[in-house]
Amino acid sequence: MNKESNKYTFLFSVAMVFVVAILLTLVSTGLQPRQNENIENEKRQDILRSVKVNVSREASREAFDKYITRQFLVNSSGEEIPGDAFAVDPGKEIKKTPGERRLPVFIARVDGTTKYILPVRGTGLWGPLWGYISLNEDKNTIFGAVFDHKSETPGLGAEITRDDFRSRFDGKTIFEGETLVSVRVEKGGKAGGPHEVDAISGGTITSKGVEAMLKDNLTCYESFLKSLP
Amino acid sequence: MNILSSKSRQLLLGPFNKNNAILVQILGICSALAVTAKMEPALVMGVSVTAVTALSSVILSSLRDAIPTRVRIIVQLVVVSTLVIIIDQLLKAFAYDVSKQLSVFVGLIITNCIIMGRVEAFALANKPWPSLLDGAGNGVGYAFILLLVAFFRELLGSGTLFGVPVIPGALYRWGYANNGLMILPPMALILVGVIIWIHRARNKELIEQ
Repeated sequence: MNKESNKYTFLFSVAMVFVVAILLTLVSTGLQPRQNENIENEKRQDILRSVKVNVSREASREAFDKYITRQFLVNSSGEEIPGDAFAVDPGKEIKKTPGERRLPVFIARVDGTTKYILPVRGTGLWGPLWGYISLNEDKNTIFGAVFDHKSETPGLGAEITRDDFRSRFDGKTIFEGETLVSVRVEKGGKAGGPHEVDAISGGTITSKGVEAMLKDNLTCYESFLKSLP
Repeated sequence: MNILSSKSRQLLLGPFNKNNAILVQILGICSALAVTAKMEPALVMGVSVTAVTALSSVILSSLRDAIPTRVRIIVQLVVVSTLVIIIDQLLKAFAYDVSKQLSVFVGLIITNCIIMGRVEAFALANKPWPSLLDGAGNGVGYAFILLLVAFFRELLGSGTLFGVPVIPGALYRWGYANNGLMILPPMALILVGVIIWIHRARNKELIEQ
C-alpha cells in the first residue's frame, strides 16, 4: 500500500491509537492497587507523624492500628455521625457548605495521654495544601502538626513540610478564652505570642495559605472542640 | 566492536561537550530552570528524560519506514507522551516519594524540546542502534548540566547537597548566610548563562560571528 495515501495514514493512526490505549489501560489498572496502597499508607504515616510517631511507609498500617484507638466523623455541630473516618476525603468535604461537611476525628493514645487528630485542607500558591493537627487532651494546645502540598515551589513554599516549620506549631494554643483564634503565620521573624508562628521567607502566599487553612478547618470543628471529652 | 566504533562513541559522547543540548543548542532550558533548586529532583529529572529520549528514539526509529510523513509529528507526540505517562505511573507505584517531589515536572517532560528535537532530527533518519546512542547521549548530557546547575544552587542557596548539610555550622556563626536568590529561577538562568560563557570561551569555534 502507498505509505502516503490517505487510507494508509488513516489506518496507521487508528491502529496507533488502539495500541496506545490498550497499553496505557494495562499499565494504569496493573499499577492502581500499588499506587492506592502507597497513598493510603502515606495518609496513615502523616496522621501518625502529627502525634510524633515516625514510622516507615511500610510499617504504617501496623503502627496505625496500634496508636489510633478510635476514629469517627462529626458534623459542624459537634455531633457524631455514622461513616468511615479514614475513607472520607477532606478535599471533597471542603467543597460542601460547612453545615454538610463530614469531619473526621482520629483519637490516638501516645505515652498514656489522649491526642485528638484533625485533618485540615486548604489552598497554597499553586495547588492544594493539606495536613493533620494534633491537639492535647484540653482540645486547645497543639501537640504536633504535619503539612503537605501538591505543587508548591521547591525550596520556597514547599518548605512547609520540613520539621523546622512544623515544630513551630508545637505548644501553640488555638483558643483565646472562649474565642477560637487559630494560629497566625506572621512575616518577619517577630512571632512570639501563643497564637502565632514565623512564616517561611520567600513562601509568603503558601504560609498565608497554611494560616487560612487552619482557621477555616478549625472553625468547622469549633463545636466539637468546645464539647467536653 | 560496534559499541566502541568511533561513530557510536561520537553519538554517545558528543552531547557532553560540543553538541550539548543545553549549552550549544539551547534546548530544554525551561525545565533546567525549574527543577534545579535541589540536586535530587534534578537527578531524577535527568534520568527520566534520558529514559524517555532513548526509548522514544528507538521506538520511532524502528517505526520510521511505516510512519506516514504527514502525521509524523503527531506520531512522535503520541509515543513520547505514552512513555512519559508510563514513567509517571511507575514512579507513583514504585518510587512514590520521588514522584511527589517532581510532581508536575514529570508531565512536563513531554514539553522538553530535546526529546522531539532528537527524534525529528536523528531517529527518523537513522537505524535503531545509533538512535538509542544518540538519545541516551543527549539525555545524559542534559542531566549533567542539570546536576551542575543544581550543585551550585543547592550548595549556595540551601547549604546542602542531596539534602545533607555540607556547610560547617562554624561558618554560619561567623556571619555566613545562605543566598536566598540562588533558589529562585532567575539565578538558574544566570548560572546557565555563566556555564555557556565558560564553555564557549574554551571552545572558540562555537562562537557565532
